[in-house]
Amino acid sequence: MKAFSTLLDRLSREPRRTEKLRHIVRYLREAPDPDRGHALAALSGALDIPAVKPAMLRALAAERVDPVLFGLSYDFVGDLSETIALIWPAPPPSEGEPLHLAQVISTLLSASRREGPALIARWLDELDETGRWALLKLITGALRVGVSALLARQALAEFSGRPVEEIEEVWHGVEPPYTDLFAWLEGRGPRPDPSAALTFRSPMLAHPIEEQDFETLTPSEFHAEWKWDGIRIQAATRSNGLARDVRLFSRSGDDITTAFPDLIAALPEDAVIDGELVVVREAVVSTFSDLQQRLNRKIVSAAMLRDSPVALMAYDLLQIGGEDLRPHPLPARRARLEALVEAKAHPRLMLSPAVPFATWEDLAEKRAQSAQNPAIEGVMLKRLDSPYLAGRPKGFWYKWKRDPMIADCVMMYAQRGHGKRSSFYSDFTFGVWEGDRLVPVGKAYFGFTDAELKGLDRFVRQNTVNRFGPVREVVHAPDSGLVLEIAFEGLQESTRHRSGLAMRFPRIHRIRNDKKPAEADRIETLRLLLRKA
Amino acid sequence: MRPSELLHPRPEGLYCPPGDFYIDAMRPVPHALITHAHSDHARPGHGAVMASRETLAIMGLRLGEGFSQTQQEARIGEWLNISGVEVAFFPAGHVLGSCQIALRWKGLTIVVSGDYKREPDATAAPFEVVPCDVFVTEATFGLPVFRHPDPHGEVGKLLVSLQENPHRAHLVGAYSLGKAQRLIRHLREAGYDRPVYLHGALEKVTGYYEEAGIALGPLARAAGLPRGSLAGEILICPPSSLSDIWSRRFAEPLTVAASGWMRVRARARQRGVELPLVISDHADWDSLRATILETGASEIWVTHGQEDALMHWCLGQGLAAQPLHLVGFGEEAAEDAA
Repeated sequence: MKAFSTLLDRLSREPRRTEKLRHIVRYLREAPDPDRGHALAALSGALDIPAVKPAMLRALAAERVDPVLFGLSYDFVGDLSETIALIWPAPPPSEGEPLHLAQVISTLLSASRREGPALIARWLDELDETGRWALLKLITGALRVGVSALLARQALAEFSGRPVEEIEEVWHGVEPPYTDLFAWLEGRGPRPDPSAALTFRSPMLAHPIEEQDFETLTPSEFHAEWKWDGIRIQAATRSNGLARDVRLFSRSGDDITTAFPDLIAALPEDAVIDGELVVVREAVVSTFSDLQQRLNRKIVSAAMLRDSPVALMAYDLLQIGGEDLRPHPLPARRARLEALVEAKAHPRLMLSPAVPFATWEDLAEKRAQSAQNPAIEGVMLKRLDSPYLAGRPKGFWYKWKRDPMIADCVMMYAQRGHGKRSSFYSDFTFGVWEGDRLVPVGKAYFGFTDAELKGLDRFVRQNTVNRFGPVREVVHAPDSGLVLEIAFEGLQESTRHRSGLAMRFPRIHRIRNDKKPAEADRIETLRLLLRKA
Repeated sequence: MRPSELLHPRPEGLYCPPGDFYIDAMRPVPHALITHAHSDHARPGHGAVMASRETLAIMGLRLGEGFSQTQQEARIGEWLNISGVEVAFFPAGHVLGSCQIALRWKGLTIVVSGDYKREPDATAAPFEVVPCDVFVTEATFGLPVFRHPDPHGEVGKLLVSLQENPHRAHLVGAYSLGKAQRLIRHLREAGYDRPVYLHGALEKVTGYYEEAGIALGPLARAAGLPRGSLAGEILICPPSSLSDIWSRRFAEPLTVAASGWMRVRARARQRGVELPLVISDHADWDSLRATILETGASEIWVTHGQEDALMHWCLGQGLAAQPLHLVGFGEEAAEDAA
């Protein structure tokens, strides 16, 4: 446990990718099996301990610490594991047997949810502060030390001297604690057989289009389709005798199959499809916020399946019946995809429709009109002659999002943020004038730099006029207060806000210290924008 | 009699009506008593200033000799009478010359502690408990997650890093008044006898510490050194300089910060600190609570920091507690001095 805590501690403090790699490689060389395999699983997000839930850890802390003080501390620190690690009133260290990573994991995996708390409390008593933090990070699975599954595999590549592609090929065929994988990488065993599992292919990504690109690009050489506001996934299937293998991968290659059982039946056999995962109700694609309910869940309730059913908006076909289509140009892949979708004829498998256009002006108009559909973010432009290339190759695919709208608003309330912004007031509710009072129109928690964040935080602390639990009300009068220039992607009517309006993707565009709140926008101006959209 | 008749907050700062003076005023006032020389407590432009000899001297170094019209030295532990209010200065242990200010009037004693700490520190006279009815405390680290570890252990981490990274210059961000000198002193206590290099902004105040009789061992200037120098050496600079282009001129700089905030990982990350040292000149949660109880005060006023948690604890102890909401305090502290 000590070696793993030290690794995690170093990773969390090290911003440089190369140095993170170096730390992981060093750990993999020094740590024994199966500890290092469990650590690798934790780092790549493959470890799941069902007996531990954040609410249980909170309850555990509440037994030892005044809940009000715990709440205030969590509010400040912004990370549950770290708060508990720092606040835990541990007895003086005893000379017991040191705790092993593999022992922690195997004990917890076989523990019931009822036994979990007592085990964890005992370990928290035994460990020092960094050890407590690492233990809690490990068992909650929320490491947040800036290591992706990809980086973990790159560390394996560096550790073994094999190209990362070779490791990618076997990765989805191995399971924690990966003793067979390490045996192969150290030349002590055979290559794990990946054919038993479906593998992930690196997706092709798009560049944001720039104004000047239009001067050099020819419309007739491009295919356009909507940019859907869902999540990019890769769906791979294979018939395996009577059985059938299905894998859904996120854009970064994480296996998210279990979260979307409602998609499985819609997928054609022996195919690898690239597309957007969206919520579709009665043939209408819903907004991202509907999809959000379905993300980051290990277990899906029946109600969720009924209320937010997902579908795949397919836009590319990488492989069919063992044939790799990636070297072929886009129209050839698309023709095969259209035929496949048509033959499957399943309502949860949709073809992302082509958006026909003659000129860039023509497409610009269609992009503007697409604002009527909140599930569309803009348009995608793909060169007709583009093969399917891994990564973000230049000159093939472009994304063209809609132009944001801008409004001057006044900060009204603030709350502390979490994660990177923790311990600062970084979630802001802002409003515009309706008559002589301000009405809230939205909430924003990004768009500013770290330096601006400090200024915003200071403003909140010095200008608090009222407190409601964690929420601070800040001064917002015509001649005193803070004007925020808010950029947003659109407006919707909303019954949730007193103003009757809700902004889409609002973010702080600029802090207008040069303006008085009296100069901020009025609700009438926003209503005009609503009509325009 | 209500304590607020003797002392209460005004936009300019804490005001004592019967004595007609302010303590640590934010804006220019005719009569100011000052606890210590950090810029969020010691501002220029007052009429008459009273503070400890060291505080007056450091204010002169930092703000220029004409920082106020007149200056009067307060002698530690001696009571004197200002328009019927008895006033005395007692050590606060925060930085060199830092004091608590005690007021006595009609049988009521209020102690304004300024910023303080209880840990041993050879560069500042130790905090003295002054029994009182009302204790005015800071709460910079007023949350139970803040427990400062033994500073010698933290300095040990720096020495280990020097051995492990002899090719890298160790740039330590430490506030230029107090923290920097205390850190040097801790290094000497740990047996480190190499020269410690100083950023120009630290030179004057550090020189004053030495004049005041605090031995800091061999010191050297960082100014004028060639690019790529100071591998395996310690250079102390103001925290804000860690992210300056200036810092890139040294050999593979390794950024270190000495501050109580370093206990929270996100804070260290936000500032790009590679080696965080939890060394603070402010009282931690345990010290704040112990000090409040030791003063015997029945009423606690909290000036700045995490006042909510400390007040909650006070109320749980049966002590009356209220926040003073003084604007401006803790700005320098939050960024650097803590």
